[in-house]
Amino acid sequence: MKMNKSLDQKIGFSLIFSMMLITLFFLGSLVYFIAVRGAGIISWQFLTDVPREAMTKGGVAPAIVGTFYLMLGSVLVALPLGVACAIYLCEYSPKKTIVNLIRISINNLAGVPSVVFGLFGLAVFVKFFGFGVSILSGCLTLGIMVLPNIISASQEALIAVPQSHREASLALGATQWQTIKKVVLPGSLPGILTGVILSIGRVAGETAPILFTAGTFYMRGFPKSPLSETMVLPYHIYALMTEGVHPEFQVKIAYGCAFILLILVLLVSSFAIILRQQQRSRYGI
Amino acid sequence: MGKSDIHKKIFAVLAFSSLVFLIGITIVLFKEGLPIFRIVKPLNFLFGKYWYPTYDPPDFGILPLILGSLWVTAGALLVCVPLGIGSALYLNELAGPKQRAFLKPAIEILASIPSIVFGFFGMVVVAPFLQKLLNIPVGLTAFTGSLILGVMATPTVCSIAEDALSFVPKSFREASFAVGANRWQTLVKVTLPAAGSGISTAVILGMSRAVGETMTVLMVCGGAAVIPKSFFEPVRPMTATIAAEMGEAVTGSPHFQALFAIGMILFLVTLVFNIAAEIISRRFRLKLGLGR
Amino acid sequence: MESELKIRLETVNFFYGKQQALKDISFEVYKNKVTAVIGPSGCGKSTLIRLFNRMNELIPNTRLEGKIRLDRQNIYEPQVDVVELRRRVGMVFQKPNPFPKSIFENVSYGLAVNGIKDRDYLAEKVERSLKDAALWKEVSGRLYKSALALSGGQQQRLCIARALAVEPEVILFDEPCSALDPTATLKIEELIQRLKEKYTIIIVTHNMQQAARISDQTAFLMLGELIEYDLTNKIFTSPSKKITEDYITGRFG
Repeated sequence: MKMNKSLDQKIGFSLIFSMMLITLFFLGSLVYFIAVRGAGIISWQFLTDVPREAMTKGGVAPAIVGTFYLMLGSVLVALPLGVACAIYLCEYSPKKTIVNLIRISINNLAGVPSVVFGLFGLAVFVKFFGFGVSILSGCLTLGIMVLPNIISASQEALIAVPQSHREASLALGATQWQTIKKVVLPGSLPGILTGVILSIGRVAGETAPILFTAGTFYMRGFPKSPLSETMVLPYHIYALMTEGVHPEFQVKIAYGCAFILLILVLLVSSFAIILRQQQRSRYGI
Repeated sequence: MGKSDIHKKIFAVLAFSSLVFLIGITIVLFKEGLPIFRIVKPLNFLFGKYWYPTYDPPDFGILPLILGSLWVTAGALLVCVPLGIGSALYLNELAGPKQRAFLKPAIEILASIPSIVFGFFGMVVVAPFLQKLLNIPVGLTAFTGSLILGVMATPTVCSIAEDALSFVPKSFREASFAVGANRWQTLVKVTLPAAGSGISTAVILGMSRAVGETMTVLMVCGGAAVIPKSFFEPVRPMTATIAAEMGEAVTGSPHFQALFAIGMILFLVTLVFNIAAEIISRRFRLKLGLGR
Repeated sequence: MESELKIRLETVNFFYGKQQALKDISFEVYKNKVTAVIGPSGCGKSTLIRLFNRMNELIPNTRLEGKIRLDRQNIYEPQVDVVELRRRVGMVFQKPNPFPKSIFENVSYGLAVNGIKDRDYLAEKVERSLKDAALWKEVSGRLYKSALALSGGQQQRLCIARALAVEPEVILFDEPCSALDPTATLKIEELIQRLKEKYTIIIVTHNMQQAARISDQTAFLMLGELIEYDLTNKIFTSPSKKITEDYITGRFG
């Protein structure tokens, strides 16, 4: 009896241990391959030059710049909306039915496939509002896509501000808005920032929503206005692998782009996750 | 008084933005997608076996695309459920505090690797490898897609499942140890069932992610819009179809409408998944007395 | 007894949803006196004191019946500005709750939200309030350091200074010493004794000796009902009700 007991435990534990190992092996080999084959491609010229000679030479600077534009722009769209929504839900204690309605819409919005956001952006921003395939359309589309993340992170941050701080402020004769502005928001800023950084990481890697709203395969220069289309790293990788006539050169460039993108996203999200862990342990969550 | 009311109203209006966008997405998809049903009957659209949108006359049957999505999603689940839940159990039960403190955030960070990078990796490393290993004509198949998609969804499933496991009160496990059960028995018979619906939420969300995932399947599934006969043939899931063809579809043309209609179906499917996940996770919280 | 009337409760009932927390409470609070509210935990002491600055309104689904008059004006009438009311009725909470800001910003907070920007005036007010709260000597050299670096007792005196800075007429103390050690408690008690020269004070406490030491009037509350209200001396020496005597002699609660 006792033998059996420890035997099933041994088998079971080795099973879940191997699951963990396989997971780490797969993810690790992805990072390894891209790092090993991509790092060699990176050079000063690759990072700073525009593409030349039908994408066989030069660099990918416009794609890097375009990626940053989209990261920044989508946050500008999502941050005010997301924080306002979180403030309303957490600070103004609306009726339960309203809270539930908004919460359900946030959860469902979070689950919409990214390519569907692309369709929405195409129909609404590109065509209906006439922004065309542009940085603006891309930022709006991506902004709506990351809105649920920003809301959840802001809510978590607002809840972490002790209720006693709100009470102290109100008891001193501050209005509710003053309390939010001077006590609640400053207290929740680090948490909101974490959510923003995580969302930025997500925006950097998203491709499907910008396929038909912002991205272009090949540009000889940099985007000049919010209404011009732009190269972006993830779309560029896709285009290099599926279009063009010099695959032998293009794969190398794609490795370089994938490496930059991977480093960018991993750095951004490690930063955010480490920050979040520090905050959580500080508030004892 | 009046002034704070103004702020409240502004916030209230902005708070409804998510709802507005959700309704907006619904309206757009229906408005652009429904007209296709003037050309094809809904049943012929859903169950038509041929997808030749650019032929003359065109065929708009999306059964191959639906089956493509189904195969790849099912395959991905076979990968990400055991890997994700197994890893979550490992983190929850076997990993020491130090290991856990490293692995848990590491897995969360790996969850942020963009799908395009997975797609690229699948295309340049995994597909050629599998092609040689299995001696098949092309490496870009439903199998490759499932594998990559499954690995990609694993960190997400693992994180959510681990959260659910760690919500299970210690007292449950202590009660089990007290009657002489060992750690494995406690894990399988007490902790896992107690976290059961939390884990099903993880699986459903993983599935929802797999169905909606675009770039990976676009790059590694091979892209053939025919009904697959085996796992080792190329397929073209719904998301990949939209992404690949929207660029060449003329605005307002039947092809354009058909792609929006596919988007509409995708949207409805993921909506059902998300509502199911919502209901299950609410029940889970009630069961463990976590409230709300 | 020629004390001036400051606050008057007229048959106050209070509900959390359907549950009644306070039943038919009527009594009077006098100006420049310390009024203590005692009773076993869960009797509604904190609920009662939070009625005076309408803090209970922050909790959804609560309802009040009856009137609470501050200088004859019913503070629950619709035209009363709750922000203005809270400037007149200050509050010090159970656990010290300084904002994560500097000491100066904490004390000047109430003035700043009133729109006062004059640096000199603010500085003068902050110094005066800290002196009144017996904290000036300890913090005068580090006004711009974080308030969170202070000890628990200092934090609570900072919170008192913060309440004083807005020049309220009434100050509510909701078990102000429950999180403090005996030395810090003693300092706060001395402070309250001095503050009553300028302010009307209502204090909730679960510590009967504290009520006996510092208050002039005592209200004894049980299960949401006001059992007895009288001069503190009388309550603690010859209470008129048996149940009060049982409580203050420690037979229950």
